[in-house]
Amino acid sequence: MRANTWAGRNKVKVRDVPDPRILNERDAIVRITSTAICGSDLHLVDGYVPTMQDGDVMGHEFMGEVIEVGGGVDPDRLRVGDRVVVPFPIACGACGACAAELYSCCENSNPNAGIAEKMFGHPVAGIFGYSHLTGGFAGGQAQYARVPFADVGPLKIESDLTDEQVLFLSDILPTGYMGAEMCDIQPTDVVAVWGAGPVGQFAMDSARALGAAKVIAIDKEPYRLQMAERAGHTPVNFEEVDVRSRLLELTGGRGPDKCIDAVGMESSHGSAHVHAYDRIKQAVRSETERPHALRQAILSCRSGGIVSVIGVYGGFLDKFPAGAWMNRALTLRTGQCHVQRYMKPLLQRIERGEIDPTRVITHTLPLDQAERGFEIFKNKQDNCEKVVLKP
Amino acid sequence: MTQLATREAVKAKQDDVQRRGRRLGWMSLGLGVAQLAAPDTVRRISGVDDSPTTRTVVPLVGARELIHAAGLLTSRRKSTWAWTRVVGDAMDLASLGVAIAHRNGRRRRRLVGVTGAVVGITVVDLLTAVQATRAKRIGSTRAVRGSREGGPMELTATTTIRKPPPKVYAFWRELDNLPTFMAHLEEIRTTGDRTSHWSASAPFGKNVEWDAEIVDETPGEKIAWRSTGNADVPNAGTVRFVPAPDGVSTEVHVVLSYNIPGGAIGKAVAKYFGEEPHQQLDDDLRRLKQVLETGQVVRSEGAPWGKRARKEFPQRPAQPLSDSEFAKGADS
Repeated sequence: MRANTWAGRNKVKVRDVPDPRILNERDAIVRITSTAICGSDLHLVDGYVPTMQDGDVMGHEFMGEVIEVGGGVDPDRLRVGDRVVVPFPIACGACGACAAELYSCCENSNPNAGIAEKMFGHPVAGIFGYSHLTGGFAGGQAQYARVPFADVGPLKIESDLTDEQVLFLSDILPTGYMGAEMCDIQPTDVVAVWGAGPVGQFAMDSARALGAAKVIAIDKEPYRLQMAERAGHTPVNFEEVDVRSRLLELTGGRGPDKCIDAVGMESSHGSAHVHAYDRIKQAVRSETERPHALRQAILSCRSGGIVSVIGVYGGFLDKFPAGAWMNRALTLRTGQCHVQRYMKPLLQRIERGEIDPTRVITHTLPLDQAERGFEIFKNKQDNCEKVVLKP
Repeated sequence: MTQLATREAVKAKQDDVQRRGRRLGWMSLGLGVAQLAAPDTVRRISGVDDSPTTRTVVPLVGARELIHAAGLLTSRRKSTWAWTRVVGDAMDLASLGVAIAHRNGRRRRRLVGVTGAVVGITVVDLLTAVQATRAKRIGSTRAVRGSREGGPMELTATTTIRKPPPKVYAFWRELDNLPTFMAHLEEIRTTGDRTSHWSASAPFGKNVEWDAEIVDETPGEKIAWRSTGNADVPNAGTVRFVPAPDGVSTEVHVVLSYNIPGGAIGKAVAKYFGEEPHQQLDDDLRRLKQVLETGQVVRSEGAPWGKRARKEFPQRPAQPLSDSEFAKGADS
């Protein structure tokens, strides 16, 4: 089959690889009909997430049709022919973490738990196409994929919604939603979202759906801010204005009640020397993150507020504003999304028309053009917001 | 001294070598940058600003220092890189000797001063290089010190499994289940009510077999066993099944002890446990948890061989296996 693979830092390559096969009895094989490129794929390609290997099949946002199931898959849960969206964290459904609905912390799905434990203190779940630290699972930017614990994760789509309407249930819509949910939003809340990429856009839509009084979008790309503005959110361009002053202005001096970091480890900064400081430290690997967005969110949030982090971090960061965090009684909440928890309720919101996930799609390309897809997405060319790939 | 204490001493020495190697690396970096960024200042201080040749030589020496720095700061193999510095020092001293012979007065005094400093640095480099080489030799005798003289080794590990204690106990008490998750076991055959015959798999040393007996057990709570007769690797183990505070799960606490013999078998066992013997038992228990909670040892494309995935990283790529690779199995 054809598959998009990691080919060294800053390089992906569509190659011919063997077709997947059942390795565990609860596996299924899915023929992929739609897949997507995620912002976190860029961290892998840029080489900031360790343990990628040449030839790793990438991609963790995909859906398709079940063409084979292992002997251990309960036929009441999944059969050949089912149309499914596959959540990016692989979860067994039986361990303590899964019982607590902390699916992205599943205790059983990562065969490389030993490596993850050294890095993070405790292991994390397996994730499709997302380094060997999270299991070494082949990903979904391919024609076919093997899906472990197929009777737990995949969500059956039985209505006639299009791929584009449901594909993002695999990651970015639940991730954005969880970012807003962790904010414990009240009707009086002003919510500021750093990053107007696809996850940020969905965090904004979710914050509004959960009842926020006002939602602010912070980014530097005019087209991304315009996209947020068209959806009814208030844009702030950090290259044009001082973010803190603008946020004070927009909130009567209080600061946003809730702040969401939808940027993560590779953020850029309006101030060139601060950016250079982190960029150099990151390049020589003396810190792994460039956490401007997180720092600014903590410093901007009103006292007693919540800072919710859904942008991806992988290692260690410097100059964490612990003083602001502690003295102003801020709550920091975070996590890789527990997608399985949100798929059904969000599918219902899509069916009811409360959220339109298709609004972020700007490019649809054949799988064979994945390299070009990464290029324009990474460099924000051609007003690229979200790339969907068709195998 | 216990085995662990010895290991810690070796580790402390290795850490010290790493630290000193890094310090030399930073020094190289400083010298290299100075020689490349301000070669004329360096030439003046050294008293060789009268020779046009040094205009080329000084930046070249600076570039060489940067290579030392890169090696010492990024590589774990400090011994090799410390020796490259010693070689560099010898080159520097030879050039300085030539330079002194051709100069008089103020320049000569400066050169002698610089030469004195380089001699001092050479002594430090030589000491570090010798010690790094020695630490490497000690370190390579592996976790279980004295693969020649052998000795006792005790491992402990624990995990929590979301099944009640009687279930987990019953699974363990069927001793032939143990090889499904314990990497070093090939087969356990029950030979009597309390007796069994165990055989180890290849990585643990070929053809290692022994008889064992259960010496103590409380159903649902505890099993203790030990090898009997003339076992190649005398060993014993205890596993306790403790109800977890959540009321549904079981804490599994395992203690294994081995009496590592000398000779080839001892060497194979020591090699099997590697530098982190606890990791093996931790991984065994992780697989026990997978088997009990999900039915099987979980496999990925990067780690497709279940308990036979001996080497964690680098793995095969996270890419589906070809038919021939799959047919060959873990040994491919």
